[in-house]
Amino acid sequence: MATSSHLDAKIPDGPLDTKWTKFRSSVPLVNPSNKRRIEVIVVGTGLAGASAAASLAELGYQVKAFCFQDSPRRAHSIAAQGGINAAKNYQNDGDSIYRLFYDTIKGGDYRSREANVYRLSEVSGSIIDQCVAQGVPFAREYGGLLSNRSFGGVQVQRTFYAAGQTGQQLLLGAYSALQRQVGIGAVKMYTRHEMLDVVNIDGKCRGIIVRNLVTGELERHSAHAVLLCTGGYGNVFYLSTNAMGCNVTAAWRAHKRGAYFGNPCFTQIHPTCIPVSGDHQSKLTLMSESLRNDGRIWVPKKKDDNRPGNDIPEEERDYYLERRYPAFGNLVPRDIASRAAKERCDAGYGVGPSKMAVYLDYAAAIERYGRGEVNKNNIENATPELIQQLGKAVVKEKYGNLFDMYKQITGEDPYEVPMRIYPAVHYTMGGLWVDYNLMTTVPGLYALGEANFSDHGANRLGASALMQGLADGYFVIPYTIGAYLAGEIRTGAISTEHEEFAKVEAEVQGKIKKLLTIQGKTSPETFHRKLGKIMWDKCGMARNEQGLKEAIAEIQALRKEFWKDVKVMGEENTFNPELDKANRVADFLELGELMCHDALDRNESCGGHFREEYQTEEGEALRDDENFMYVSAWEFKDESNWELHKEELVYDNIKIAQRSYK
Amino acid sequence: MSAGNMSLTLKVWRQKNGKSEGNFETYSLDGISPDMSFLEMFDVLNEKLVSENKEPIAFDHDCREGICGTCSMYINGRPHGPLKGVTTCQLHMRSFQDGDTIVVEPWRAAAFPVVKDLVVDRTSFDRIISAGGFVSINTGNARDANSLPIPKESADEAFMSAACIGCGACVAACKNSSAMLFTSAKVSQLSLLPQGQAERKIRAEKMVAQMDSEGFGACTNTGACSAECPKEISLDNIARLNREYLGSKITSSLV
Amino acid sequence: MSWLTQTLSSSIGKKLIVALTGLFLCTFLIVHAVGNLQLFKSDEGLAFNMYTVFMTTNPLIKTISYGLYAFILIHAFYGFYLAYVNRKARGTTNYARINNQSSWSSRNMAVLGTVLLVFIIVHMSEFWYEYKFGHLPYKSYTIDLAQGTVVNTENMPADFVLNSKMEEKLNDDNTTKTIIVKDLYVEAQEAFSNPLLVLFYVLGMVAVSLHLIHGFRSAMQTLGANHPKYNPLFDFVGVWLFAILIPVAFAAMPIYFFVQHLMQ
Repeated sequence: MATSSHLDAKIPDGPLDTKWTKFRSSVPLVNPSNKRRIEVIVVGTGLAGASAAASLAELGYQVKAFCFQDSPRRAHSIAAQGGINAAKNYQNDGDSIYRLFYDTIKGGDYRSREANVYRLSEVSGSIIDQCVAQGVPFAREYGGLLSNRSFGGVQVQRTFYAAGQTGQQLLLGAYSALQRQVGIGAVKMYTRHEMLDVVNIDGKCRGIIVRNLVTGELERHSAHAVLLCTGGYGNVFYLSTNAMGCNVTAAWRAHKRGAYFGNPCFTQIHPTCIPVSGDHQSKLTLMSESLRNDGRIWVPKKKDDNRPGNDIPEEERDYYLERRYPAFGNLVPRDIASRAAKERCDAGYGVGPSKMAVYLDYAAAIERYGRGEVNKNNIENATPELIQQLGKAVVKEKYGNLFDMYKQITGEDPYEVPMRIYPAVHYTMGGLWVDYNLMTTVPGLYALGEANFSDHGANRLGASALMQGLADGYFVIPYTIGAYLAGEIRTGAISTEHEEFAKVEAEVQGKIKKLLTIQGKTSPETFHRKLGKIMWDKCGMARNEQGLKEAIAEIQALRKEFWKDVKVMGEENTFNPELDKANRVADFLELGELMCHDALDRNESCGGHFREEYQTEEGEALRDDENFMYVSAWEFKDESNWELHKEELVYDNIKIAQRSYK
Repeated sequence: MSAGNMSLTLKVWRQKNGKSEGNFETYSLDGISPDMSFLEMFDVLNEKLVSENKEPIAFDHDCREGICGTCSMYINGRPHGPLKGVTTCQLHMRSFQDGDTIVVEPWRAAAFPVVKDLVVDRTSFDRIISAGGFVSINTGNARDANSLPIPKESADEAFMSAACIGCGACVAACKNSSAMLFTSAKVSQLSLLPQGQAERKIRAEKMVAQMDSEGFGACTNTGACSAECPKEISLDNIARLNREYLGSKITSSLV
Repeated sequence: MSWLTQTLSSSIGKKLIVALTGLFLCTFLIVHAVGNLQLFKSDEGLAFNMYTVFMTTNPLIKTISYGLYAFILIHAFYGFYLAYVNRKARGTTNYARINNQSSWSSRNMAVLGTVLLVFIIVHMSEFWYEYKFGHLPYKSYTIDLAQGTVVNTENMPADFVLNSKMEEKLNDDNTTKTIIVKDLYVEAQEAFSNPLLVLFYVLGMVAVSLHLIHGFRSAMQTLGANHPKYNPLFDFVGVWLFAILIPVAFAAMPIYFFVQHLMQ
């Protein structure tokens, strides 16, 4: 595949800390009367989409918003548990914009763009202000001020939260802002509509083709700019913590119409998820990372030890994280904890019926907290039962809702037996390549939130995803879009009768008809499962050249089989979830291959991307800054053929270092 | 490792679209594992239907971790099934017995027309929010978040009301198909917080007017909504909405 | 006054009307029950008959009672109207299976209300209509003025008619007085010798109990009265006063007469 290394990210000149301010003050403006005549399409209504649609409508643009769910409030941003970072320094612990910037770049293993991340840190405080003003009920202290907690990988308390439902509360805030604009007619909302293609006319994005999921009809919608806020592609692995409907279709179809795809192989695997219970499993459930604060992770020292966890004596347990990383112990970053669990299970030390799990044990914490309570209350001659009882009460107060959730799903009581956990796909750092303005390589086509590749490099820190989605939607796009739309004020209304709309619609129609006429023997679900297994086994937590090459061949074969043997029930012009699914799986089958190519190209280990060939003697990730300090932006040529464009990453403000947690 | 041994009989509501008449179809299903979620059991059933060249059952679902509010099954006479404080997606088959007959229906309410099978249209909820379930603050107008201290109790209570996931179980459970619990949860959240004060009166009036015009019934305080709410939203919210609404009607300057 | 009609025609407004009229009817029940306790006085019905005269002649009470009839009708009308609207909101298809997590009475207020409406019609035709338009016999009581006790009673002939409901005169001996009054007491005695009517009344009171065990608390909720400090009080009043004490007191009356009748 061809490569080139010229890709202009349009980063403003000047010192890092004034880039954004200066840019914001000099970006071309669109006057209010012109805004009324300019249409903007927003696809997806999660944090990025809802906040962008609302903010642009407030500015006076005519906005059309689309989501495939039955309501904009259901986007998967809603499931984020932990919190949102902001450099407010409310705790007076030395936090600053620079620190948040530095932590994010370091956490991303030096594979993200300095200017973008600095801007993200700059606007982070405004996000909190905006959300609070909307009535988002963040956790507070008794004095009435906002409460913060700490999160993995940083040394300050800068995470704002609303119990374990931060994503929900933030999304409902953005959703209410969006619904306000819908109510006054500034946003036209299309629910149960899925975007199936973008329409480019004379080199500019001019609209989209959507399918009305209720009637099955294809619709054409034109606009002067299109924003894709369609989330990540973690579901390419079939099993992930994503919602069932999360898909890459919108981003992928845009990619096939000219938008480059950035760093597709950078995926985040979260270490503390509830393990797979059987072949029927449809998705995985995350347990907040905070559980690692008190729980101890271990496996038996003996291979294939089938005794229940509680029956294995202390000296026969291997607390492998504490053994390998004595400095950080159970609190190593996500990627490291995940790989270590996989290593133990692959070596035959896994636990539970599937043997693909490790223990997260609270017995020691219960004992410790129980003794603490006994001391605090001056209880003499406390019985072991009393200590247990007091300890469980403390644990319940701190982690009760998580323990309940675990019990609900597994049927086991985590107060009595160690929990079983295993890593699961959680987030995708990769996405459509965008410049500083969040515009893709197609003029007029933007990507926001998880759908773009921009701010997290090779590994995302906890509580940063919500921050990025809202930053893009509330505080970046409303300014940067002006740079493009100022040139569109003379364009006038765009007709959907243009031949390009007809052509693209016909292509979409053809694809749907083809899916429905194959009438083979295998359901889209089964293909998805097969693809997921290939991806997880060969392009998952650890990758190697041979596996990736095999995966590429297997995916190509699977894709061929899909187009010969898929069986899609139901009719074209009806509500047909099977057809929706088939459409999405078809795109995953293409994306999966690109991810493998990208992983194969990147001959180094960094962040969530671990190539087994590139590790230190102790089995740690070995980065290669000499050769791989770039963003991979893939241009689609034709089937199984991409051209790699490299955006070189320049670090003027940060000294690059090797991460170590020993 | 997954093969289970539960056998079930399912009576599921099938309806081609909003205009057609629906009816129950009976399906028998074997090899169900108690570790499956209720929706995973439906996945198995649908795979079986596809293999028999029958059209799979349409049902709404998305996050499958109890937070998005999409799933909406009326199981054995109860929205979200037999457990308290749990959505359908978090209900597991171990809550049922081998040999059970399970009746599954869509939410039934005039304001929630059936789209297909178990899928209903809940956009009426969005329109209620559009009528006033927000604070009118344009992006960029906010002052510093800590410049306005909010008592922890108010913030916590507002959070409890804000925990609503908009699934519509309250409407489904209510014999009157009333949307009072849903509407009152949003009105409560914003009336408990200082940010919501400016529009407090108009909000209650507009949201209730929209709720009524959507065709939801009137609340008769049976309490079924709260008992079935997967997030256990309290009936106190409804009393608060009554207060807010009547108080506003009496004192607001709108004639 | 468009705001007022708007308010009262909204879902909450309709409930407000039902709640306010309902609460008024609740207070009426207290008065009615206390007054009717005169039935238990062993003075051959004098106190009760005098109370009846008071209730039907006092101008204030008469005014209130017309209000009461109106409130009963409004309460019933709005109750049925709400039930109709709420039934419509349910949609065209009923659930095949309902396993509702609410109390039976809360779900069947309209049914209970219908029972009560029938009860009120029977009850009023039995007593109120008879008293006002029927041919009740008169009874004369001779009362010792010093002791205040009834020394003699006499049933007036069937064709005896007074121009008013009661006549009171001092006897010539100056130590006694005679009161001639419409005898509703005997009407009650006769009516409640019929076991079917007694049963009807007892069932009517069961309906009152069930209607009020939900109704009182529900009315408070509709008025927005829901507070952790006072909820126990509302619950107590709703259950003990309205769902137990008052229905039991009312039910005791027909049973009392029936038992008396059996013992004769």
